[in-house]
Amino acid sequence: MIYIFVCYGFLLSAMMGLIASWVDRKLTARIQYRVGPPFFQPWFDLIKLSGKELLIPTTALRQVFLTAPVFGLASVILASTILWLNDLHASQSFVGDLIVVVYLLMIPSICIMIGGFASGNPLAGLGSSREMKLILSYELPFILAVLVPVIKSGYSLRLNDILAFQMQHGVMITSLSGFLAFLVCVLCIQAKLGLVPFDMPEAETEIVGGPLIEYSGICLAIFKLMKYMLLFVLPFFVIILFWGGWRLTGVHLWLGLLKYIIFILLVVVIRNTNPRVRVDQAMRFFWGTLTGLSSIAVLLAWIGK
Amino acid sequence: MGRTIVPIGPYHPLQEEPEFFKLTVEGETVVQIEVQVGYNHRGIEKLSEMKTFDQSTFAVERICGICSTSHPFAYTQAVEDIFPVEVPMRAKFIRVIIAETERIHSHLLWLGLAGHFLGYNTVFMWAWKLREEILDVMEILSGNRNNYAMFKPGGIRRDIKPEDIPGVLKKIDSIIPTLEMLKKAVMDDPVLHARTKNIGILKKEDAINFCAVGPTARASGVKRDVRKDSPYAAYDQFPWEMITCEAGDVFDKLVVRVLETFESIKMVKYCLNKLPDGPIDLNFKDIPPGEGIGHIEAPRGECFHYVRSDGTNRPARHKVRAPTFMNLPTYKATIIGQTISDATIILAGIDPCYCCTERMGVLDTKGNRIYSGADLLLLSQQKTENIRKQMGVK
Repeated sequence: MIYIFVCYGFLLSAMMGLIASWVDRKLTARIQYRVGPPFFQPWFDLIKLSGKELLIPTTALRQVFLTAPVFGLASVILASTILWLNDLHASQSFVGDLIVVVYLLMIPSICIMIGGFASGNPLAGLGSSREMKLILSYELPFILAVLVPVIKSGYSLRLNDILAFQMQHGVMITSLSGFLAFLVCVLCIQAKLGLVPFDMPEAETEIVGGPLIEYSGICLAIFKLMKYMLLFVLPFFVIILFWGGWRLTGVHLWLGLLKYIIFILLVVVIRNTNPRVRVDQAMRFFWGTLTGLSSIAVLLAWIGK
Repeated sequence: MGRTIVPIGPYHPLQEEPEFFKLTVEGETVVQIEVQVGYNHRGIEKLSEMKTFDQSTFAVERICGICSTSHPFAYTQAVEDIFPVEVPMRAKFIRVIIAETERIHSHLLWLGLAGHFLGYNTVFMWAWKLREEILDVMEILSGNRNNYAMFKPGGIRRDIKPEDIPGVLKKIDSIIPTLEMLKKAVMDDPVLHARTKNIGILKKEDAINFCAVGPTARASGVKRDVRKDSPYAAYDQFPWEMITCEAGDVFDKLVVRVLETFESIKMVKYCLNKLPDGPIDLNFKDIPPGEGIGHIEAPRGECFHYVRSDGTNRPARHKVRAPTFMNLPTYKATIIGQTISDATIILAGIDPCYCCTERMGVLDTKGNRIYSGADLLLLSQQKTENIRKQMGVK
């Protein structure tokens, strides 16, 4: 268990996340006629950041400010451990792990928000309030979309059952309801990752990085690592729910990798072909269009489509 | 609801220059804005008065890094206005070529930055990539990518070689398809519409009341363009259209600039094809006493220079008014009631250039401001009163 926690939950996910973030940066650069960073740039960034001085503003709530990144990272590692558990020791997975993962994946955003409020900077406060509005808006369609595989697999809240169902009856994404829910999930994940068009909590040109404005040194490195890991864990979660998961044997290893790469490509393309929306527009979009779409998906799943 | 003050500046990734906007916000809504410039006052007017007429051309070229030709253009026209002289036609055409090429690069630069402020970095990089070609054109024409040093009172400093013209035309033609694509991508993007339409509306009467100039005014439906209103150089020698829009929001400001870029490309191509022969310089030596004004349409609006000569080889007084000076107060009409997310793009919407605007700053030795805006207004009214008394006007 500890072995899975350290090796898969942390090291492998972190490595995948770092590579994904490099793919993201390099592709973005190529789309924009730039050269882009070398392969090890995310590693260098983290190493260099962790060696930098850690500044704590006098206005900050010291303990909250310092522990927020740690909690964020810990919850991502835990979520990824639970996800890997399905692949490695399916017998040890437990009923309701789906709910636990959904909860754990919400904590990083909340940690960023709390860290921002704790720093005492007005711009960080503004960014945190935007983050809060964003969490409120995307969680509803996200949870509704997650309900679709639950309903289809016969009301099972165990990820392993959902995987087993997909092994027998084909992957969720091929059905209409599954496809709709998958689309909703992709857009929600864009918001969870804080990428354009939903990067208004950090909006560099408006509020200078928002909640992260006062962070420096190792704390910023932890936040960055957390974001890189989310870039792996969130797509991994959605692939498990809708796309048959990622088994580490034979051809499935490469198929899983392909699914993941397609997912990352989707994220990068959305990110580079849109301007940032306002938070009220994002809210309207998530509560209107996407909630509508995911409700339709839930209904379709309920009648068996 | 509680009010918070959100500072934008003096150092902020939004704008490349130091300036300070104090936004008072309720939640996310801006209820009050206070603009402070004066961080980058360089005393160029004074400097210009200490240089000869020829040297001043170079000094004023450094007022702005982006529209670096508009200031020498207006300045040389002001000097030529002292003892009205007619510049040779070839020089006039070349002046138009340089000024319009600069307009293309300036508008592309703004388009890129606007994309960047909206988080649309792809547009940012694409527009600047296109701008790179225009800078190459500038290098072929003038030898410099920026600060072209082409102008001198009485004409221009360097001729355009006939053998360069086909290459330049080819280069300009080569950017048109990409520019068309960028225009489509920008003007048809629904998300971009959502971010820029009905945002920061400057109504027509507000634009007139605040004396807005350039694309800022034209986007609000005010037909105001120095090139049409009082044609200078060769602008009356060929047909061209003034682009105006009606709504006055950020989107219309964008549309005006994008369409003007195409209009400028047409003008440059026309001038290069129909470049008349003849001398390029009057080569006059002495400038008699007198005063002259020169105003031209810079990419951001009307740029105004006033020069007084006392018969020596230096300007006795040189006054500059950059277009941003007139556009800055429109913030009062556009930004109040908008959210902070929109405030940034509205601030950028007038294509501001603060360093050009900074003509005066009064500080004590510790760096504190002595005069507030109200004090300056009072001072100005007193001065006008004194002048009236001296001249015997009631």
